[in-house]
This record gives sequence, structure tokens and C-alpha cells, in this order.
Amino acid sequence: MRRGALLLAALLAAGLMDTGAAAKDAVPMGGDPAVEARMMGLASELRCLVCQNQTLADSHADLAQDLRQEIRELIASGMTDDQVRDYLVERYGDFVLYRPPWKATTALLWAGPLLLVVAGGVVLGFSLRRRRREALEDDAPLSDEERARLQHLLEDEKGETPP
Amino acid sequence: MKARGLVPLVVFVVMAGFLWVGLKLDPREVPSPLIDKPAPDFSLPLLDAPDAKLSPADLRGQVWLFNVWASWCVACRQEHPLLVQLARSGEVPVYGLNYKDTIPAATDWLDRFGNPYAATVVDADGRVGIDYGVYGVPETYLIDKEGTIRFKQIGPLTPVVIEKTILPLVRELNA
Repeated sequence: MRRGALLLAALLAAGLMDTGAAAKDAVPMGGDPAVEARMMGLASELRCLVCQNQTLADSHADLAQDLRQEIRELIASGMTDDQVRDYLVERYGDFVLYRPPWKATTALLWAGPLLLVVAGGVVLGFSLRRRRREALEDDAPLSDEERARLQHLLEDEKGETPP
Repeated sequence: MKARGLVPLVVFVVMAGFLWVGLKLDPREVPSPLIDKPAPDFSLPLLDAPDAKLSPADLRGQVWLFNVWASWCVACRQEHPLLVQLARSGEVPVYGLNYKDTIPAATDWLDRFGNPYAATVVDADGRVGIDYGVYGVPETYLIDKEGTIRFKQIGPLTPVVIEKTILPLVRELNA
């Protein structure tokens, strides 16, 4: 009984703790459809830092909503798309970009798939050549010993009688 | 022929190596572009005196920790005793950024769990948080005498981070 009461108290406390996070204001929507379209275009190429596999456009995280609002205001203040991207990169790093720029630290990321394809091609080329060589070797005429064995086997089969 | 037989084994070992290292990497730890950059400027009201404002320029000449927290943040409660202890040691002043919180809730929280902060500034709409690249509370910045960010901890502080990274850096920067 006492344990039940304790559990209830703990659950209530947990519920109370959450109220701060749950109470949210309505999200301000952009008034200008052109700004909204540009914002969504930008946001769909930017990563939400909270839920890392979603774009800023898709995410419902608080931070994503704040950042969408920030982008709206940056656009309204006259920034170009590149300037908005730079603004976010300055704060959150290249990681916010779903298309990271080409630089020393990202070279492997960009070139990796190509390198793998080239390496795979080289391996494939070598193994095809080797296989062809082996196939050619297999076509060599039978040696005397092999011929004798073959003869022997063929004769054996002939001599066999069905049961 | 013998060497070729080893190829799958080598490939397996290399891949296992990558995956093993990958297991230990935390994808949530995004390297901050703000390290070794000047701490973004702000001028925000104090939690206990909304008419007074604080900005990083006021803290020039000292090494300080800037801890982003909120009363709704569960991990903040986890690191809080460490901050209280750190503030009590007097090694480095801790300033707080109360992020997207309400003043009553924040004040109540500090009353309840202790106030390690030399001052807490209020960032109700999270604007300054965006300037600091905050994406998960708590986050903690170590800022030097010139106002340059030297270190950023994403997520709660741990005794190891404080002992092994923050305090040695503080001593070095103060020397």
C-alpha cells in the first residue's frame, strides 16, 4: 500500500516536471508566401541538430521551429540564401548542411564512393583476367596419363551390366 | 593462392575495426565551429534583476564558464551538483544562461537545488542560444580573458571532464 502511494507520488512529480516543456505558444507562421517558400527550400537542405536525420523543414523539434523562424526573419531582412546558410554554418558548423562543402575534412566523404567504385573496378578487372587465363589453361590437350585414365573409365562403363 | 584466401579475413577485420570505432563515436557531439572564436555578443537581463543587463564584454579579463540550463531540462539537474561544487571551489566563476524558460520556474529551481551562478542571464526566446549554436541543453562554454571560446561541453558536465579538461585549461588560461 505504501509502495503504491510512493509510486503514485513519483508519477505525479514526473508529470509536474514535464509541464514546463509541454506548454508551448503557437508557432508563428510566415505571412509572406514567397518568404515561406524560400524558407522551406532552405530548410529542406539543412539538418535539424536535435533529431539528426530530419531536415529543419520536417522536424517538429523546438529548436527547428525557432530556426525556421530565424530563417524567415533573416530572409525578410534581405539576406540571400547563401548568406542564410553561412549564418547557420557559423553557429552550428558544416554539419547543418545536408550538402557539405568540398574541403580537406570532407574530401573523403565526397570522393569515398568514387574511390570505392574505382577500387571495385580494378579488382573486377584483375579477377576477370585471371579467370580467362585459367579457362585458357583448362583448354590444353589431355596429357598421355589423362588420356589413359579416360579410356579406362569409358571402358569400365561399357563393361557394366544393368542389375 | 594462400594470400588470396586471406582477403575476406582482412576485409572483415578492417570493417569490424571501423564499426568498433563507430560504436564509440557519439553522433550527437557536433564539433562546434565557435571554438577559438570570440564569444557571440549579447546583452541580456539578469534572472534576479530584470532591469540590469549583462554582456560578455563585462566579463573581459577573467576566465569564466558559461552554462546553458533550463528548469525543464532533466540532464541539467544531473550536472547541477557538479556546478555547485565547482562554484564553491572558487576555481572559476560560472555564469548561467537560462534558456527558453520562465523566470518563476528558473528562480524556483535555483532555490531548490542551489545557485552556483555568479549571475544568470535570461534568454527567454532562445535567440542567444542560436548565436551560441546551442542545440541541446545543457551546454557549457569555457571563455578566456579575451572573450574567446576555448572549450565547449555538449550535454551534462561530468567529474572527469571537469577534472581532466576544464580545470587544467582554466589554470593554463589564468597563468
